[in-house]
Amino acid sequence: MGAALFLVLAVLTVAAALGVVLHPNPVKSALFLVVTLFLLAVVFVLLEAHMIAALQIIVYAGAIMVLFLFVIMLLNLQIDDPERGRRRLVLRGLAWAGGILLAVELAVLTRGAPVGDVGTAPAGYGGAEAVAKSLFTDFLLPFELTSILLLVAVVGAVVLAQKQRRPTIS
Amino acid sequence: MIVPTEWVLMLSAVLFAIGVVGVLVRRNVIVIFMAIELMLNAVNLSFVALARAKGAVDGQVVVFFVMTVAAAEAAVGLAIIIASFRNRTTVNADELALLRG
Repeated sequence: MGAALFLVLAVLTVAAALGVVLHPNPVKSALFLVVTLFLLAVVFVLLEAHMIAALQIIVYAGAIMVLFLFVIMLLNLQIDDPERGRRRLVLRGLAWAGGILLAVELAVLTRGAPVGDVGTAPAGYGGAEAVAKSLFTDFLLPFELTSILLLVAVVGAVVLAQKQRRPTIS
Repeated sequence: MIVPTEWVLMLSAVLFAIGVVGVLVRRNVIVIFMAIELMLNAVNLSFVALARAKGAVDGQVVVFFVMTVAAAEAAVGLAIIIASFRNRTTVNADELALLRG
């Protein structure tokens, strides 16, 4: 039942991801990306990463995508058409994608990742408590560094996005 | 609720490849950004799948950090896009080829 559900989710996710890349209208691309992120959150639940699934919806689909949509609408972008007739570029992109896919699939299939039956997860696996315990013991230093990173990002975004002031000549 | 790990890794690879195509083919900077987010999510997916396969929760903590970095990157990147749009009135990557302001 889990495997069948995963297959359906995988097809839908790939379709939505293709929508992100192929749709000429940036707003609709962003909405397709929201759909992709929601579907991935469901896959995370299927893999018993409940905490990460919740974060995925709150942080990604909630905060980051709102930022994207806000900027798209702020800049008032129209549908961009110059993407058409760029056959060589498209071919090159497809070649890269095909190469990456081939390499990864070969690695997965021949190196033998842990096969099929991964057994049942221990009780409480992937919940807030288990993740938090690991986060605040083994990963405490990176966690603190993350707060500095976010502070720098906030200050940087404010400085970059504010109106340009003329350099004053004294 | 058992899903073979290989399947998840393959889905992750497909999503990553779609993201690569987006970065290489699209010329709108914001769409390129979204394709990068797609690639980050593909990597997150394989982290979660392998964490599940190992029965350890460490992979999920890494995903937490990836999300944080993605949020910071989106904030700064979009601010840069707004700033460059003010100067050039374009978000076409081909026309933003100069580093000079």
